[in-house]
Amino acid sequence: MNLYKFSSPKVFYPLAGSIFKYTLLPSIFFLVVGLYISFFLAPTDFQQGEAYRIIFIHVPAAWMSMIIYMAMAFWNIVGFSLKSKLSFMMSRALAPTGAIFTFIALITGAFWGRPMWGAWWVWDARLTSELILLFLYIGYIALVMSFDDSKRGERVGAIYSIVSVINVPIIYFSVIWWNTLHQGASVSFNKAPSMAAMIVEGMLVMMLAFWTYSIAVVMLRIRRIIVEYQEEMLLMNHTTEG
Amino acid sequence: MHWTSLNSFLSMGGYGFYVWASFGITFLSLAIEFLLVFNSVRNKEITHES
Repeated sequence: MNLYKFSSPKVFYPLAGSIFKYTLLPSIFFLVVGLYISFFLAPTDFQQGEAYRIIFIHVPAAWMSMIIYMAMAFWNIVGFSLKSKLSFMMSRALAPTGAIFTFIALITGAFWGRPMWGAWWVWDARLTSELILLFLYIGYIALVMSFDDSKRGERVGAIYSIVSVINVPIIYFSVIWWNTLHQGASVSFNKAPSMAAMIVEGMLVMMLAFWTYSIAVVMLRIRRIIVEYQEEMLLMNHTTEG
Repeated sequence: MHWTSLNSFLSMGGYGFYVWASFGITFLSLAIEFLLVFNSVRNKEITHES
């Protein structure tokens, strides 16, 4: 099977439709299971009481905000290396969803910080770098949109995203590099999680829900981008002919 | 299950406002995003069929 054929927007269009269909229902399923674990199976925290339950959306949303920015940079690098239009479109389709997860991570963080730290917001390394991520997403979207020629817009946006992806490791390591009010990593690759297994499972199920949701909505959005691109091509042909 | 009543569930040990606001804003934002994208795609497809 020749996988390269899917890099053509026209060929990918129906495939995006099927991926959307097969990820939407799983996302609802994971969401229901995730909410059930969050509120009924996960134990009460001995220090933070019930307020800690915000973790079940806060942490997965923060993960998504970083993963999506890295995915955008990845697709843009693929776009430049293989000269594939679809890769740049993928990055454009991902950006609004990434921005929304960044917003969710920040706002749920504020609603968690208020009762636990006594402040909605503090200018510490983790929070500030995550806020910068939100501005980076908005900057990318505005930059791409500012070009009438979508091809130029997404290439300029691509360079911007590849350069600014450096902020993602800064967010991730900020709790180690700087003194911060924010707690360290909840789940790490090299040591056993410091919390009850049920809490970790709840966060993982919620992350699956966010992953499948993101794939579904991004596939929907890329279909719109493909249609818009074809309209643009049609318009350009008309103007050159007439 | 640690909730003795619907009230104890809603009050979240006194943190109800913070917990429900967080979950509410999250799912509201995702639902709005989804509906906006869904409608814009459908409108595009309708204009192309006609």
